[in-house]
Amino acid sequence: MTALKNTVPNTRSDDERPVVLKVDHVAKSFRLPTEQATGLKMAFLNWTKGIKGYTEQKVLKDISFEVRQGDFFGIVGRNGSGKSTLLKIISQIYKPEQGVVDVRGKLVPFIELGVGFNPELTGRQNVYLNGALLGFTRAEIDAMYDDIVEFAELEDFMDQKLKNYSSGMQVRLAFSVAIKAQGDILVLDEVLAVGDEAFQRKCDNFFAAIKKDPSKTVILVTHSMDAVKKYCTKAILIKDGEIIVSGNKNDVADRYTLENLKKKQSEPTEQPEGEYATGLNETVPVLHVVPTGEPICSLTEGFDFTVEYDYHGNKPFYVAISLNDIRRGGVPYGDSFDLFEPGKHSVHFRIPMGLFTNGEFRLIASIHEWDGHNPETAQMIAFTNESNACDFSVRDADGLDNFALINKSSMAYQVLDTQLARRQQQ
Amino acid sequence: MKNLMKHLQEKYHYAVVVFKELVKTDFQLRYQGSFLGMVWSVLKPLMLFGVMYVIFVRFLKFTDGTPTFAISLLCGTCLWSFFTESTTMGLSSIVNRGDLLRKVHFPNYIVVAATNTGALISLGLGLIVVILFGAFSGAHFTWRVLLVPFSIIQLYCLALGVSLVLATLYVYFRDIAQIWEVLLQALFYSIPIIYPLSMVARSYPIVAKLMMLNPIAQPIMDIRHNLLSPEYVPTVWTNTADLGGAIDTPDVPAEWQWLNSPCLNILPYLFTVLVLWLGIHLFRKYSQKFAEVL
Repeated sequence: MTALKNTVPNTRSDDERPVVLKVDHVAKSFRLPTEQATGLKMAFLNWTKGIKGYTEQKVLKDISFEVRQGDFFGIVGRNGSGKSTLLKIISQIYKPEQGVVDVRGKLVPFIELGVGFNPELTGRQNVYLNGALLGFTRAEIDAMYDDIVEFAELEDFMDQKLKNYSSGMQVRLAFSVAIKAQGDILVLDEVLAVGDEAFQRKCDNFFAAIKKDPSKTVILVTHSMDAVKKYCTKAILIKDGEIIVSGNKNDVADRYTLENLKKKQSEPTEQPEGEYATGLNETVPVLHVVPTGEPICSLTEGFDFTVEYDYHGNKPFYVAISLNDIRRGGVPYGDSFDLFEPGKHSVHFRIPMGLFTNGEFRLIASIHEWDGHNPETAQMIAFTNESNACDFSVRDADGLDNFALINKSSMAYQVLDTQLARRQQQ
Repeated sequence: MKNLMKHLQEKYHYAVVVFKELVKTDFQLRYQGSFLGMVWSVLKPLMLFGVMYVIFVRFLKFTDGTPTFAISLLCGTCLWSFFTESTTMGLSSIVNRGDLLRKVHFPNYIVVAATNTGALISLGLGLIVVILFGAFSGAHFTWRVLLVPFSIIQLYCLALGVSLVLATLYVYFRDIAQIWEVLLQALFYSIPIIYPLSMVARSYPIVAKLMMLNPIAQPIMDIRHNLLSPEYVPTVWTNTADLGGAIDTPDVPAEWQWLNSPCLNILPYLFTVLVLWLGIHLFRKYSQKFAEVL
């Protein structure tokens, strides 16, 4: 496994490529109906009463960015952040309230795969219909038809009605049309997770190829940070209708992970009176691990966290804290600490992360009672569940090569036959 | 300027491509799974005609005794089916294609135009049957047949205008579907299709004249007049005194003579233009919001 150093795009050369999509101060709001007004009668009644019947919700506020030819542009954001609305505005399905969207070249939108697919038509007819809706003439589709069918691996099924296809086959056909459609700008919304493994690999290759083609531009909306890091050259992160990070894909991906972690913490863990969350009980009604600062750290600074507990027993007790690797699974590290004070307290800790590489980790704490010296007598009386454990991320320029958990500067194989093998230069 | 022309051409080109595919799909889907398939386009109006002929002409004696009444009834049925079909399908076309409008950007009037064109194809097949039958049942083809295509275009424009208005309204108010159904029924009886105009004209020539001014009746009567029998089928241009055909009609009082003025007769034609303009205007204004409302 060689280290895949990310080639940071040279911003200077960017300026020479033409801008193919320019989104300029775009804003959009929707009217959410509060009154049921789907009939003439209700509309009239509301009108006479002076009820507006809707509330205005700002979905996008002043979005501006540029995409240049050859970019693989990622748009990420949590659910409901306005990504899809933005995509629909780019595809001219929605009209922006303010601002302008300027598209140069043929834009092929895939808000959803298989638009216009009709179960009663055959695969072939559907390809032509779908193609026409995407703006291709019969002759153009004729030219790419064989490619589409081959890519979808559906040669034997094209004259079957679509309703006789399995759902996987339908998706494959739709996706093949999508990526074989020879547009200048390809707009894709959450389409990376389709098909079986072999098909996934094919798509992978396709994206890798299109990334190299300087004449094709791709705009990709996704939740998969792996996809962003792998394919994108640039990305933006949208939150509540605003761009909060723009430019470098790694910054965007990291910030997105951070936003997700933050969201998780702010979720209230309210419990009804007299009931305890999983892992807690009346002896230990409170036990959770929270980050002291941000839920993200670098390799050098280590991660600060706080264990809050409330112990109502009267035996010697201690807390065991284990570090879990979320992505790979397993517990790379763990230790226990005697606690001196019963009652409600917060204890601050720091864990150095210098041994590891970038990743997502979880700290789980559990409270044990014992007689103070014989480990045999120890009994776990409380533990943190999914919602009150602490998730955090390690993000560091030196930890990018995160194939393995432990980084190469902390540990190294020793070559015993130096005449036969040599460690690769970093 | 050159760029603008090119841009327009591209835009228009795309519209044509989508239009063709949608018409084709609609037609492929229309008789999907039926054994007779396209034959139904011809068979359905024929069967409807059979029912009406037996009930109205044979039992109820709704005939003016002219040899072309039966074929005129068939022709009227075909034309009326076209109008009903294109407006009811046009009405729901935008809502039915909502999944499309929410996901692709394309000129959405095409959806309405495509459904109307589907109905027009059915009408074409129906008219072929009318002409074939007409040859055997006393239709009198003259040079006026050449005027028929213009009337068909007029009827299509009228149906398109009405469909555009209805489709726009239907996106916001679903009640329209019910209202339109009743309205169509009323319109059907107000047009002399199942009964001859002379039945009205023999007692109320003024009412008969007003019926002729109905913008839907006018092209239907024009087509029957020009295609089948210029002698027996009256049109909006027929003098009130002759609306009854062979049957004597009471004289129209002098103060009602203005009903025969050509300025009045032109109104249904103008109305068609007005409806089409209104439809296009209304549709263009609201169609940008369709994707959000649907």
